[in-house]
Amino acid sequence: MSKAKILVVDDDPDVVEQVSLVLDSGGYEVVSAGGVEEAEQALLSFRPDAAVLDLMMEQQDSGFVLCHEIKRLYPDTPVILLTSVKAATGMSFEPASAEQAGWVKAEKILDKPVRPEQLLREVEAQLVRTGKLSHPAGKGH
Amino acid sequence: MDVLRILIVDDEPGLRMGAARALRDFQVSLPDGGGEVGFVLDEADSAEAAAARMAAERPQIMLLDHRLPGMSGTDFLDKLGLEINGDLLVIMITAYASLETAVAAAKRGAYDLLAKPFTPEELRGMVRKAAIRVMLQRQARKLAEEKRRVRFEFVRVLAHELKSPLGAIEGYLNICVSPEVRVSEEKRREMIARSIERLAGMRQLITDLLDLTRIESGEKKRELVAVDLAAVAREAVENVLPQAAARGITVNLDCPAPLEVRADRGELAIIVNNLVSNAVKYNRDGGRVDARIRRTPEGVEIAVADTGIGMTAEEAGRLFKEFSRIRNARTSGIDGSGLGLSIVRKLAELYRGEASVRSVPGEGSTFTVLLREVSPPGAGGKP
Repeated sequence: MSKAKILVVDDDPDVVEQVSLVLDSGGYEVVSAGGVEEAEQALLSFRPDAAVLDLMMEQQDSGFVLCHEIKRLYPDTPVILLTSVKAATGMSFEPASAEQAGWVKAEKILDKPVRPEQLLREVEAQLVRTGKLSHPAGKGH
Repeated sequence: MDVLRILIVDDEPGLRMGAARALRDFQVSLPDGGGEVGFVLDEADSAEAAAARMAAERPQIMLLDHRLPGMSGTDFLDKLGLEINGDLLVIMITAYASLETAVAAAKRGAYDLLAKPFTPEELRGMVRKAAIRVMLQRQARKLAEEKRRVRFEFVRVLAHELKSPLGAIEGYLNICVSPEVRVSEEKRREMIARSIERLAGMRQLITDLLDLTRIESGEKKRELVAVDLAAVAREAVENVLPQAAARGITVNLDCPAPLEVRADRGELAIIVNNLVSNAVKYNRDGGRVDARIRRTPEGVEIAVADTGIGMTAEEAGRLFKEFSRIRNARTSGIDGSGLGLSIVRKLAELYRGEASVRSVPGEGSTFTVLLREVSPPGAGGKP
């Protein structure tokens, strides 16, 4: 099986670098973008197996908007949103109810800072769920 | 026009009617062009009736008779208690303008005393004084609120700006210690170098913050002496040469030497350093920076032009405010405290000067600082 392709979008270059490093080390191929526009361009030329997006970029809800766009183009691509909402407000932010999960199109919302192990586990879980990864051990290492 | 409600509390219908007549269509002009204040009048013939009226509509000024049937005016004042110090001024009306009455009323929070009988003019004079007081209090409260809001916003953004580098460094350290992430030695060194860079940025932010606080509090000791601005500028240019060279940016300085001014050397250095380092930071690779300093009829002008990313007029408009760094795809990789230009502007103002920017998106910007009060020593110019 070829490497799974993950789209990483964040306007903070340090986060892009970190998430890319972790996913690369996990055996994934990473395509990164520094903003919504750049990500939309990238989406025209490839279909990611999963996407990791920052929630707040140029606008407070850039992540939601981009997530929506990804789902429109590729309904099966799982999306993980990264937020600093908990750090900023002390409130956790999860699509708890079915109703919330309905409008928040993301499969998973993670609070920043995300520990590398946690990120790898979540991406892997999404890929296994969507059949892009048959068995966790076979990631190409 | 602001309208204040006056409640007249007196058991004599004649007095209430007279007061109402005296105050009908009465207006007060606030000092310093603060506009006009008009009044609506309300009446009550006892303390109990007054309390009921107040529950329905709060007055800002109360004319309260000292002797009332039932509860006396003084007791009513007691009952109103703390409310008086809020948005309500009470003027005691009394036929016995004795010292004791005055003391008793003042103790209970009355604003002033009006002795019976009084002329319409005396009543209007008293109401004028009270109205101005009420409006000034309102203004002061509004200002205090605005100050609190601005301060809160500043702290909120500051906290965010301090947390951002911490988050980045934490992220790199997490990767370094993670047993599940394998990175090359080279990558590891890169991550550490980047962490050090973010730490330096954080240190700069704290330094800028202290500078700004010192300037604003007026606490900063200024030493106005003869300074060669050309030398200060040369140093600023030398400071940025390594970063400029790394990105193929040429930096030119056009300044008559020496250019002697009377100023605080440290302040001049902060201004020129900020402008020159911004011009490099926001430039394109291979671009150029032209710093030109000259004496003009108005004072001394420092202009720094870059060939960088530029900005729109709207962006330029909010550039000199605290933490107003323009965030977009073009600036996302550039670190900055967000306080530099705000400091430049405040320092320029110390020299009766100003800071401005002209910019074309995609082509570049020219930042100009004009310092008016920098006459060279012995020139016999402005102090």
